[in-house]
Amino acid sequence: MPAVTSESLVEIRDLHFAYDADRPILSGINMRFPRGKVVAIMGGSGCGKTTLLNLIGGQLRPSSGEVRVDGREVAAMDEAELYALRRRMGMLFQFGALFTDMSVFDNVAFPIREHTDLPESLVADLVAMKLQAVGLRGAARLAPRELSGGMARRVALARAVALDPMLVMYDEPFTGLDPISLGIIGQLIRKLTDALGATSIMVTHDIQESLQIVDYIYFMSNGRVVAEGTPDQIRNSTDPFVHQFVHAEADGPVPFHYPAPPIASLLEPRRA
Amino acid sequence: MLKRLLSRLGASVVDSLWRLGFAARFFWAILTHSGTALVRFNLTIREVFFSGVMSLVIILVSGLFVGLVLGLQGYDTLQRYGSSEALGILVALSLVRELGPVVAALLFASRAGSSITAEVGIMKASEQLKAMDMMAVNPIARVVAPRFWGGVISMPLLAALFSAMGIFGGWLIGVQFIGVDDGAFWSQMQASVDFRTDVLNGVIKSVVFGIAVSFIAVFEGFDATPTAEGVSAAITRTVVTSALAILALDFVLTSFMFRGL
Amino acid sequence: MKRTVLDLWVGAFVAVGIAAVLFLALKVGNLSAANFAETYRLEARFDNIGGLKVRGPVKSAGVVVGRVADIRFDPETYEAVVTLNIESRYRFPKDTFASILTAGLLGENYVGLDVGGEEKKLQPGDTIAKTQSAVVLEKLISQFMFNKASEGDADKK
Repeated sequence: MPAVTSESLVEIRDLHFAYDADRPILSGINMRFPRGKVVAIMGGSGCGKTTLLNLIGGQLRPSSGEVRVDGREVAAMDEAELYALRRRMGMLFQFGALFTDMSVFDNVAFPIREHTDLPESLVADLVAMKLQAVGLRGAARLAPRELSGGMARRVALARAVALDPMLVMYDEPFTGLDPISLGIIGQLIRKLTDALGATSIMVTHDIQESLQIVDYIYFMSNGRVVAEGTPDQIRNSTDPFVHQFVHAEADGPVPFHYPAPPIASLLEPRRA
Repeated sequence: MLKRLLSRLGASVVDSLWRLGFAARFFWAILTHSGTALVRFNLTIREVFFSGVMSLVIILVSGLFVGLVLGLQGYDTLQRYGSSEALGILVALSLVRELGPVVAALLFASRAGSSITAEVGIMKASEQLKAMDMMAVNPIARVVAPRFWGGVISMPLLAALFSAMGIFGGWLIGVQFIGVDDGAFWSQMQASVDFRTDVLNGVIKSVVFGIAVSFIAVFEGFDATPTAEGVSAAITRTVVTSALAILALDFVLTSFMFRGL
Repeated sequence: MKRTVLDLWVGAFVAVGIAAVLFLALKVGNLSAANFAETYRLEARFDNIGGLKVRGPVKSAGVVVGRVADIRFDPETYEAVVTLNIESRYRFPKDTFASILTAGLLGENYVGLDVGGEEKKLQPGDTIAKTQSAVVLEKLISQFMFNKASEGDADKK
């Protein structure tokens, strides 16, 4: 990607991460997320995508390498600096992670109330605007348990952008949604990113939806970046991994079988 | 075989030490992050409601029944020695010194402690705590500390209510039902129950139990494995650990308090 | 639930809880006026205080007039020095007689003050001159048995 440093909001350089030394989760990741773009990180389940988001948000520290957000290294920040950074970030969790003891309205108002001293009337206006943007202003008084999966995701999206963040991260935003809700969420991510001028990082394995809305895609496998490109490049890629992923083939560079001794070894007569 | 047994033992010791260290650090984190719970006191008031007010019914009813039983049993024993007027002393001392703080704390652990663990554990399992953290709101300050202080505030009040209700129950059985002299019941009680050694020590016990139970409850919730089974195991651990902690602390505190007598 | 309703409940709960503590302190315990009343100190020396305890009652004519503040051993005279906190509204004559008594046969020990006829009153810090030690039940019984035995011997002779 021909992006210069100042244009990238988030930069990841030679990032390694492991919970314990013999099982690396991420090994040698290099990524750039330019300002104002929607970038998808794709890969099979358990390839370290969510870990990557946690590293950008500062909830985990890298084993080596660095993550820079807005020019500053996340791992070098103390708690106060980290919290100051997170106020300018929004994150949409896989299943929304709405606060179940609060109404939809209070959920969206939560970050505004926690971080500003705005009068309640202004908070109400802001919340109404955010809910209007996701089409759920009428649902403000509902409790999270009364929402469908897609609606909960939209409320969580409204909450994630409540403070007009510069960076929004989406952790599997399409998981478990019906095609209509899925399309709505996809369009909302694109619209909100453009309207806020924010940068979006989306971790997902939904290739078809992503190809329609993102500007750039990274493919990950086994803790490494294996392919990258714009949606057009990806569609026409001859890379076997990308091909397998885009066409949802069962076997390929990502093997169908979990590593095991060949099945023939089972048939050999066992020695006593 | 022996080697494996030894390494198992070693692993479990290391594990529990690690957990203990984590618990100590967590306790310190709660104390250092208590500012929000105290400045925005309505957060704590909310938790006093959920742990204190919601436990009122079980505490009052149990207190009454314990008092009624103490009245019956105490009278039965005392009248053999012809000193049934001492019923007031017996009921009051056993409630104020031991039963009030201990039984109230056990009830509190199973009523409020378990629900605190469940709430915090489910918030963790559904990523609510993580979401809060990502919104630059510290979950220890916003979720854990208010629940901890709510429990610490509620516990001594509940224990006092339990004791008062129990004494009322003993009076009901002894004076109203059996016919022990009303004046003797109260005056003997007042002559033998000392404010400092009995009442105040009972209050100190209930404060200590409140700290222990509230801490165990929030810790188990915060430390729960983020799955349905994990949360249910954490709730069980809260009730079991709290009960053991209450009884062990009761022994330690009693041995210190009544050493000189 | 609304904030105000919640606050109301919590307020009521805290009020009732504090009322219960006060009930325990005032109606059940003996934290009555006596503990807050002004007191002055008297000392008394005994050969033997038996089972007297700190905070034990000091009674005169059966009425509690104070509490035992401190008990210590005097290594010079081999006596027990008992400090008494007496309520300031009660004054006793110089020749008051302090003795260690037992409430009932097996009850707690207390300090009894028997008033003499002197005009002059004891001043704060004074020492009560005339005291009588505790009656130790074992001694009494062994004395009684010894007397009986010696009576028996005398009868034989």
